[in-house]
Amino acid sequence: MTKSAIRFDEVTLGYDRRPAIHHLDGAIASGSLTAIVGPNGAGKSTLLKGIVGTLSPLSGQIHLDATAPSRVAYLPQAAELDRSFPLSVYDLVAMGLWSRAGSFGGIGRKDRGRIEEALAAVGLTGFERRPISTLSGGQMQRALFARLLLQDAELILLDEPFTAIDAKTTADLLDLVTRWHTEKRTVVAVLHDLDTVRRVFPETLLIAREPVAWGETGAVLSAENLLKARRMVEAHDPHAAPCHRHAA
Amino acid sequence: MFDVWIGPFSEFAFMQRALVGTVAIALGGGPVGVFLMLRRMSLTGDAMAHAILPGAAFGYLLAGLSLPAMTFGGLVAGVVVAVAAGLVSRFTALKEDASLAAFYLLSLALGVTIVSLRGSNVDLLHVLFGTVLALDDNTLLLLATISTLTLLTLAVLYRPLVLECVDPTFLRSVSRTGVVTHLAFLGLVVINLVGGFHALGTLLAVGIMMLPAAASRFWTADITLMMAVSVAIGILSGFGGLLLSFHAELPAGPAIILVAGGIYILSLVFGREGGLLWLALPRRHLEA
Repeated sequence: MTKSAIRFDEVTLGYDRRPAIHHLDGAIASGSLTAIVGPNGAGKSTLLKGIVGTLSPLSGQIHLDATAPSRVAYLPQAAELDRSFPLSVYDLVAMGLWSRAGSFGGIGRKDRGRIEEALAAVGLTGFERRPISTLSGGQMQRALFARLLLQDAELILLDEPFTAIDAKTTADLLDLVTRWHTEKRTVVAVLHDLDTVRRVFPETLLIAREPVAWGETGAVLSAENLLKARRMVEAHDPHAAPCHRHAA
Repeated sequence: MFDVWIGPFSEFAFMQRALVGTVAIALGGGPVGVFLMLRRMSLTGDAMAHAILPGAAFGYLLAGLSLPAMTFGGLVAGVVVAVAAGLVSRFTALKEDASLAAFYLLSLALGVTIVSLRGSNVDLLHVLFGTVLALDDNTLLLLATISTLTLLTLAVLYRPLVLECVDPTFLRSVSRTGVVTHLAFLGLVVINLVGGFHALGTLLAVGIMMLPAAASRFWTADITLMMAVSVAIGILSGFGGLLLSFHAELPAGPAIILVAGGIYILSLVFGREGGLLWLALPRRHLEA
């Protein structure tokens, strides 16, 4: 039996007592490459926030087995970064060294070499001194992937990494994702493009406020399951009663 | 030449003290102002400056124009308002700017009322606009301590502070220092405003922080340089403002802030980083 990287124990995540995703039970195997798929509002981003720990579950527990918090890397949806801040691409990427350098640790010659390698791996050599405000959407995403490379994480969480990104950039960055997979890192990515999921991701979790299907991608993304996910009820029920499912 | 630029300082001790005081304030306030600006908290600084008033006024009510009482009162009031505004914006639907505005208006009214309970209009002017020309030894020592503490703390917090500005989600995902950093930074804002308050009063203290910072943004895009430029502009404003007040017989505090404002407007027009003049100049676009 393979080791699990993340275990969900009857997890319900949400805001204001209203579940965005509820009663998720299961595990993501260590070293697996999993796509999270579902309609808008299905709770995909919320689930990632729960795994990173910036959102506490309303009930249930999420266990990161044997993965120290410093070995988790999380790439949220792009909008949360202040692009007007006067910072160079080099410094943005260098942030990836945080878990080793922290607030005061020096960045030595070896580290500078690794920063340059990461920039080269995403095709941004020559962009070192450019302010981040001058980057295009795709270049920014490349820079953020370079930062992920430096984080050297065991568990990598990507939230819609290829939304509004052109085909060439997506292909380049997907190569990095497969490289991480061959390096036995656990990768979980929220995605919308089902073709990409079928092509690259062996495992898929399909959710629509609650798990619809989970397992081998081909089986999960069946017409029947997708239809079920699409019927998800989006509206809040103002008179919703407390949930007692699985309660003792 | 000498008589105009150096004479006042070599001749009068109160001018020397005023200069030393403003240099100390500029050293601490410059970098703090740059971070306030980069964190889009410029108005937060303004609101907190007002918030200090009732605390200082309460100290004044109890002990008269006493340095420790007014300093302590100001610190307590500043911290209370900063934390209260933070809590309100975190746990209610009100955003931080609105909750700060509510608290500082309340503070300002409360402060003016407290001062007028006991003092005269002269005292009120003293609290509102400071007494840069009457700084005693203890006040100078306080200002020097504040600027030293500020620079040391900023050196320690620099990385997480920058990270928290650019990408707070990332900092939260790799470390738990975000909250501590934010609180420590708010603490720096408060002590610098309390320091500035003794020289420039509650209303203008924030001027020596924000005007040089805003001006420095027009000269460089590098944060380290920006802080240095901001400090330099602050010192220059202190020097120029004191001379202006000496020769033209103007009140010193407002004169200092006026000079800082003048430098800001010059930077806005002539600054190399996006100054109006450079934007307006018709220049051909580049090859690549």
